[in-house]
Amino acid sequence: MDWGYIFSVTLQSAFGIEAIVFGLMAIGLNLHFGYTGLLNFGQSAFLAVAAYSLAVLVSDLGFSFWVGIVVGLAMAVVLALLLGIPTLRLRADYLAIVTIAAAEIVRLLVRSVALKDIFGGSDGLRDFSAGFYAMNPIPVGMYSIGPVSLNEDKVFVLIVGWALVVLALLIVWMLVRSPWGRILKGIREDEDAVRSLGKNVYLVKMQSLIIGGVLGCLGGFIYALGYQNIGPDFFGTDTTFFAYAILILGGAARVLGPLLGTIVFWALIQGTDVLLRSGIDAGFPLVAWMSGSQAAVVRYIIVGAGLMLLMIFRPQGILGDRKELALDAR
Amino acid sequence: MPDSAPALGPRALAARQALADVPHLPGARKPDPIVIADTVVRRFGGLTAVDVEHVELQRGAITALIGPNGAGKTTFFNLLTGFDQPDEGDWSFDGTSLKGMPSYKVARAGMVRTFQLTKALSKMRVIDNMRLGAGHQKGERLVNAMFPFTWRSQENSITTRADQLLARFNLDAKREDFAGSLSGGQRKLLEMARALMSDPRMLMLDEPMAGVNPALTQALLGHVTSLREDGMTVLFVEHDMDAVRHIADWVIVMAQGRIIAEGPPDSVMHNDAVVDAYLGGHHDQALTTSGVSFTEEAAP
Repeated sequence: MDWGYIFSVTLQSAFGIEAIVFGLMAIGLNLHFGYTGLLNFGQSAFLAVAAYSLAVLVSDLGFSFWVGIVVGLAMAVVLALLLGIPTLRLRADYLAIVTIAAAEIVRLLVRSVALKDIFGGSDGLRDFSAGFYAMNPIPVGMYSIGPVSLNEDKVFVLIVGWALVVLALLIVWMLVRSPWGRILKGIREDEDAVRSLGKNVYLVKMQSLIIGGVLGCLGGFIYALGYQNIGPDFFGTDTTFFAYAILILGGAARVLGPLLGTIVFWALIQGTDVLLRSGIDAGFPLVAWMSGSQAAVVRYIIVGAGLMLLMIFRPQGILGDRKELALDAR
Repeated sequence: MPDSAPALGPRALAARQALADVPHLPGARKPDPIVIADTVVRRFGGLTAVDVEHVELQRGAITALIGPNGAGKTTFFNLLTGFDQPDEGDWSFDGTSLKGMPSYKVARAGMVRTFQLTKALSKMRVIDNMRLGAGHQKGERLVNAMFPFTWRSQENSITTRADQLLARFNLDAKREDFAGSLSGGQRKLLEMARALMSDPRMLMLDEPMAGVNPALTQALLGHVTSLREDGMTVLFVEHDMDAVRHIADWVIVMAQGRIIAEGPPDSVMHNDAVVDAYLGGHHDQALTTSGVSFTEEAAP
C-alpha cells in the first residue's frame, strides 16, 4: 500500500473545493440552526440561486463576472425573504417544511426541460468562469504543497475559497459576540421570552436567515468556479444534509465548528475511500471481496457508523460543550 | 391578614389610601388608573375564554388577579401584553392604546411580563440573560453589531446594572452559570430580575410563586413589595391565597372569563360570588365555619 498516496488524497480532499463549499454552507447553517434555532433544510437552494445567477448572467446573457456575483448575492437575499416572510411568524417546524420544499422547487426548476434554454436542463451550464480566472495573479505552472501538486487556477480558487471561509467565520464571530448575537441565542432558547423583553423577534430571525443564506451562497460561487460548470443535481437535499452532518460533527453554535467539521468530514469521506481501494488493490483479505464501486458505498456506511458513534458518545460534536447539552435533559 | 403582613412602606400606604374610597364592585373606577380595558372579548371557537366589560388597574398598586382554573386569567394576561389578540375590545396603558400592538412593542412601552412556566434561557449564562433584558441597546441593531466601539460603553453600563440587580435578587453567586442549571425558584427570581432590566413602569407576573419552596416564596414576596416601593405597578396572577393576602392592595376575581368581584383582599374573600366560584378553603377559618364547602384548586 502506498501510504504517501493515501495521505495526499486525504489531504487534498480535506482542504479541497468541496471542503470549502460545504464549509461555507455549514457556516451559514450554524448561524441559522446553531445560534438562532432556525431549521433551514433548504440551504442548497441558496447555493443554487447564487451559482445559477452567476452562470446565467455570464454564460447566457454575456454580463461581466462581477454583475453575476452581485446578482447572485441579491438573489440569495430574495430567496431568504421569500422563505422567511410567510414562515418566520409560525412555529419552527414550518420553516423546515417550507425550506425543504423550496430547495426542491429550485432544483427541479433549473433541471426542467421547459427551461433548458436558460438553465441547461440536467446538463447544467459552463463557460462563465473566464472572468474569474482572468483575475488570477499566479503565474502559470504547477505548484507543490507537500505531496499535493496543483495548477495555478486550482491554487487561485483554493486561496479565494479559504479566504471567503475565513471572512465568513470572522463575520459570524463578530456577530455572535454582539448584543444582536445575544438576541439570536435567546430566540433559540425561547422566542416568547425574548419577545416579552421588547425584542423584535421576527426582524432578527429574518436578518439571521438572510445573513446565513448569503454566507452559504458563497459556497455556490466557489462550487461553480472551482468546477467551471454547474449541474442541478448537486443542489439536492442530500447536499444540505451533508452540511448538517458537518455542522453537528464540528459542533453547532461554535464559531469554528463548521471549519473543523468540513475538514474532518471530507478527510474521512475521501480517506476511507482511498484506503479501501488501496486495500483491495493490495489484496487484503478483509476488503478484497469488494469491487471498487462497492468500496465507494461501503465508505459511507463506515462514515455513517462513525457519525452514529459520535452522536452517542460525543453528542455535542468535536468542539461542543457537554455541560450545555446536558441542560436539555431537564 | 394585614396584621401578619410585613411593615408597609410609604408607597404601599399611599396605594391603599388611594383605593380606600373605591367601591368594591366589578369594573370599579380607580382614582389614577394606569391600565384601562373595555369590552375585551376572546373566543376560542364556541368558548368565550375572556369577556371583560371594564377594568381599571391603579397606578403604583399591587393588584392580584385570582380565580379558579380555567377562569381566563392567563388568557386575559396574554391579551393585555399582546401575546394574544382579542376578538373585540380596546385597552390602554398609561394613555396609549395597546390594541393590535405586537408584544415586543408592549414591552418597549413599559409593560413587561413574566411567564407561568418560567422561561429562563437555559443555554445562556445568567449574566447574559440579564443583559438581554435591557432595552434600547445600540448593539442589537445589525448595522452596529459588527462594530463593538458603537456599543461597548453601553454594554458596560448594562452589565453594571445587571450586577446590581443580581445582587438584589441574591443571584450574584450564579452570575457565570448557565440559567438552565438554576433551581425552579432561582429561575423565577432571574425572570423577575431580567424583566426589571428594561426599567418597566408596570410588571405583569404570571404565577410568580408557583413551584417555589416556602422560604423562597417569602423572598419573592419581599421583592414584589419592594417593586411597589420603587414606584412600579404590579399585576400578578396567583393561586396562593396567603401570598395574595400578604402583598396585594387590590384583588380582582375572575370566573368563567368574567370579572365577578373586586376589592381589597379581606373584602373579596368574604364575597359570596367569590365563595360560590371558588375559594382556597382551608386558608380562611371564618369561611369554613360558615358551612360552605370548598375544594382546593391545585395549581396546574
